[in-house]
Amino acid sequence: MIRFENVSKVYARGARPALDQVSVDVERGEFVFLVGASGSGKSTFLSLVLREQRPTRGRVYVAGRDVANLSGWRVPTLRRQLGVVFQDFRLLQNKTVHENVAFALQVIGKPRHVIRDTVPEVLEMVGLTGKGKRMPTELSGGEQQRAAIARAIVNRPQILLADEPTGNLDPTTSLGIMRLLDRINRTGTTVVMATHDDEIVNEMRRRVVELSDGVVVRDEARGGYGEREAILPDVGASPVLDSPGSGTRAPVQTVRGV
Amino acid sequence: MTVRFQFVLGEVFSGLRRNTTMVVAVVLVTFVSLTFVGAAALLQAQIGKLKDDWYDLVEVSVFLCPQGSVVPTCAGGEATRAQVDAVRQIIDTELSDEVSAVYFESKEQAFEAFSERYPDGYQGTQLTAADMQASLRLKLADAEQFAVVSDVLSGRDGVEIVEDQRAVFEPLFRTLNVATLLAAGLAGVMLLAAVLLITTTIRLSAVSRRKETEIMRLVGASNLFIQLPFLLEGALAAVLGSLLAGGGLWLAVRFMVSDWLERSVDWVAYVSEVDVLRVAPLLVIMAVALAALSSFFTLNRYTRI
Repeated sequence: MIRFENVSKVYARGARPALDQVSVDVERGEFVFLVGASGSGKSTFLSLVLREQRPTRGRVYVAGRDVANLSGWRVPTLRRQLGVVFQDFRLLQNKTVHENVAFALQVIGKPRHVIRDTVPEVLEMVGLTGKGKRMPTELSGGEQQRAAIARAIVNRPQILLADEPTGNLDPTTSLGIMRLLDRINRTGTTVVMATHDDEIVNEMRRRVVELSDGVVVRDEARGGYGEREAILPDVGASPVLDSPGSGTRAPVQTVRGV
Repeated sequence: MTVRFQFVLGEVFSGLRRNTTMVVAVVLVTFVSLTFVGAAALLQAQIGKLKDDWYDLVEVSVFLCPQGSVVPTCAGGEATRAQVDAVRQIIDTELSDEVSAVYFESKEQAFEAFSERYPDGYQGTQLTAADMQASLRLKLADAEQFAVVSDVLSGRDGVEIVEDQRAVFEPLFRTLNVATLLAAGLAGVMLLAAVLLITTTIRLSAVSRRKETEIMRLVGASNLFIQLPFLLEGALAAVLGSLLAGGGLWLAVRFMVSDWLERSVDWVAYVSEVDVLRVAPLLVIMAVALAALSSFFTLNRYTRI
């Protein structure tokens, strides 16, 4: 469904590549987590699939198309087979939930009766029955993300890309979103989700592709999030931290010759 | 199709509402600039009408030597029959391509025409046929060929002077041409302002709808569909301006030319409302082209796929 063949992406000449010789193959119907630190290349990966950018080297195939060499006027056809969800939802604030979802169909010229039938169905599927008339600001974060997912899948895309969809949500709400994505995946939609959320990755036990500095360092069929860096570096005994206000002065350090 | 159409229309109107002041500015600037363009076109039409009208009436006059002329070719006194025949001979042979008709106006005929025009005598004098001057009147096949005719006939015996009566109108035409240039120059400056203003308006509109266009791109709306509302927005404002310009010109011609000038100076053919109707579609086309041009450059920068 998505195939990267030795893909490299360099943004500025001479800079470190955002992706370096990446080869990944995602089958139809798979659920893949894309993990890695900020700046590891996850977003670049997704934007190459969306053909927001072209790779500097290598080939990208999406749904059978050679995306790198796709001419501009064919890009919309490609994107109609992709759904995208973001961390910040990106709902249009001046439209109701129903209008937000319908918008995705209107702008690709779907007939009115299709819109009228499909939108409530999709809202029901994501668990927003009866909330179609609400404005985005009247919804909780989780509900807004559900609305965004509804918009992403309303045109029945073959692939759903999610860029940290739970990044702004609390763990319980995140779980609900993950159940929804899992359900969408079970209907045959390929899901690629970039995330930082180790709990979710560890719990779902799906394929994990880990990027680090633009290189695939791990590709496990039923992986976990992997090693996290320790949050606090080892600090030796520090009088200031250990017994604040006890009068012991921290040793003065002088730095010279910098 | 209907959903698309409604959607695009809705977007256009919401865009126009959101940017009312800018849209009004675009309308006014295109209005003023296209009024100048139209005025220039009407001035040229007026010149054309005058030329058509007058060039048919006027001709080249070859004045024959009268008595007592000081011009060297008239040293022999009044032009003799033989001299006139010799001149006619040259006209018939050497100038047969340039001259389409010749007729001789005798002193008596000249006096007749004169008396008709000034039945009460000219400025208190009483003239007779003897005071008139005989001439050969030439109609030219091509009015622009005067120089050739003049070259050939000047300096012949019995010819006092060759006059292009069109020269009388040259200062007028020159004035009208300068006025045309002035109007066209102002039109050029205003058109530039219009292009810049339309560009800015579309850019503002595109920026204020960035979120919408971003979503549209992501869900696979076609480029045309994304850009059409902006294109139409600019085009609509520009067309409105051009219609105002057409209306303004129509009123100007109706009240200043047809109702006023034509009554005070009635022997001249003037531009009429019909000419305005002929110019107006060109103004609309220019407005659309203007908007399309500015949109093209702006949109490619601000709503790229």
